[in-house]
Amino acid sequence: MGDEIDEGLRSELQRQGIWVTSMQELYNWGRKNSIWPLQFGLACCAIEMIATAASRYDIARFGAEVFRPSPRQADLMIVAGTVTKKMAPQIVRLYNQMPDPKYVIAMGACAISGGPFKQGYNVLKGIDRYIPVDVYIPGCPPRPEALLHAFMELQRKIDNQKLSGPNKSDHLDREHPSEYPVPAFGKHDLVPRANPDVFRPPQIERV
Amino acid sequence: MSATSSQELEQAPPRMSSRLEGELMEVSLGPQHPSTHGVFRMNVALEGEIVRKLKPVFGYLHRNHEQIGESAGYLQAMPYTDRLDYFCSMTNNWAYALSVEKLAGIEVPERAEYLRIILAELTRLQNHTSLLGFLLSDMGAWGTPLMYAFREREKILDLFESLSGARMMCDYMRFGGCRVDANDDWIAGAKKIVDLFPKFLDEFEDLILQNEIVIARTQHVGKLSPELAISAGITGPMLRASGVNYDIRKIDKYGFYPRFKFRVPLGDHGDTYDRLMMRALEMRESLSILQQAFAQIQPGPVMNPKVKIRAFKPPVGEAYGRIEAPKGELGFYLISDGSANPYRYRVRPPSFINLTILEDMCLGHTVADVMVILGSIDIVMGEVDR
Ligand code: SF4
Repeated sequence: MGDEIDEGLRSELQRQGIWVTSMQELYNWGRKNSIWPLQFGLACCAIEMIATAASRYDIARFGAEVFRPSPRQADLMIVAGTVTKKMAPQIVRLYNQMPDPKYVIAMGACAISGGPFKQGYNVLKGIDRYIPVDVYIPGCPPRPEALLHAFMELQRKIDNQKLSGPNKSDHLDREHPSEYPVPAFGKHDLVPRANPDVFRPPQIERV
Repeated sequence: MSATSSQELEQAPPRMSSRLEGELMEVSLGPQHPSTHGVFRMNVALEGEIVRKLKPVFGYLHRNHEQIGESAGYLQAMPYTDRLDYFCSMTNNWAYALSVEKLAGIEVPERAEYLRIILAELTRLQNHTSLLGFLLSDMGAWGTPLMYAFREREKILDLFESLSGARMMCDYMRFGGCRVDANDDWIAGAKKIVDLFPKFLDEFEDLILQNEIVIARTQHVGKLSPELAISAGITGPMLRASGVNYDIRKIDKYGFYPRFKFRVPLGDHGDTYDRLMMRALEMRESLSILQQAFAQIQPGPVMNPKVKIRAFKPPVGEAYGRIEAPKGELGFYLISDGSANPYRYRVRPPSFINLTILEDMCLGHTVADVMVILGSIDIVMGEVDR
């Protein structure tokens, strides 16, 4: 489990009608082709998310058409829309309720950084302040193709996750948290304003 | 129904708390709920399955729209209006453009008026089709109707995209006209889609309107009396489903609507089924308006050249411009102090005001009906919370 199969050997065997795979490949292949998203929309971007799931773009091609209304059954949270300070605690709570392994796509400018409403006093400046985000898709709203692209990126990420060894995936690491503290309403803002375990913005050096 | 439920209501505890009181059980629906159309939450007090009290909780999508409108310039506020009711960016643009035009006394060229009507009616088509799809999926027909609805919606979005560059957030209209002109190919393409639309509508109506389950779930559910509707300020298809003849296209005669012949469908019962039918009938009227517009539209400029939309400073004054948006009366109230941004910028959102009646319509019904009633109001949280 875990160790890579020699590609030359594999193709040689395949030519002879033998298909070899590893536990890790099989497991990741299954996982990446059945990502169930949480059915959960916040704002305008959610409509594009629905459009992605609907007839023309048909996310069922990726095995992800099963939008689950309950976080307990979901693998992926698509944060589609503006996260307000009133909504942020609920989003973190939903994330905490999802079973591991879980992934997050931040869809649209608002979910990434507050987007066009960044100046608003009530708008959270990016959901990555409280929960870890795997794929960011810019756009206002991102086109359904962009969401599909994010999906494929996520599939690639899942495909490369290791099941054992020092680089094994986070969800298999007992030490790694799978729940994050839910922010509370403070006097002026959410408390804490960001979770330092998750939110590590690049330091800008002023010269 | 309303008389008994108001008597029963008096027996219900006067205040809602988080504890169980008497026989009532409190359920919090939302903000994450598959049928609340976004981040809307209701606290419902149930007796068995019957709703005895309902308290909506707003504000999960409050994005400071009005504040931003006051601090941004007149032109900068235009793309924000797209994000109010994100299904109908074109009509939002139009309502805002209309108020600024009223404020500054701007003339709009003829072709631009026609383009606005075409786009507004296309918006109405896609809004109503998707609404019907969502409503049906709230009733449990998960998938099929919504897929059909979105198939048609995508065609209209293609038109929007080829004209304005964006599928949803079109930002197409400007005060004094429209941003770009539509070429003949675009008009021909739009006409083709409109020509084919009745076929889809027939099919869709066959699919849903005669359906036994739809009838059982919607008829006599969520009745709204015309008196209550008027006193609560309800507008749009919801008001007309209660039988009140009030269509701003007919009353205000804004744009070139007086040049068009169309009927205003009215309901008799004010129940959910009538509201559903109202959308289907309105789409037929929109199609007839569109056909007339394609026949009448003439080449010409689409933008009034005298308007300086950048660094735009209207004279001191105030104006209220309103249109018949797909969801009801959408108005923008602007007060100008002569500077580059409005002193007051207020949105009169149809879905917020239509939503205020939710409790009256839901009392006495089962909790499953609440979802259907809410779906038939046609809300978009971006507009409710702004
Ligand atoms: S990124 Fe744009 S489209 Fe998406 S939720 Fe924010 S404002 Fe709406």
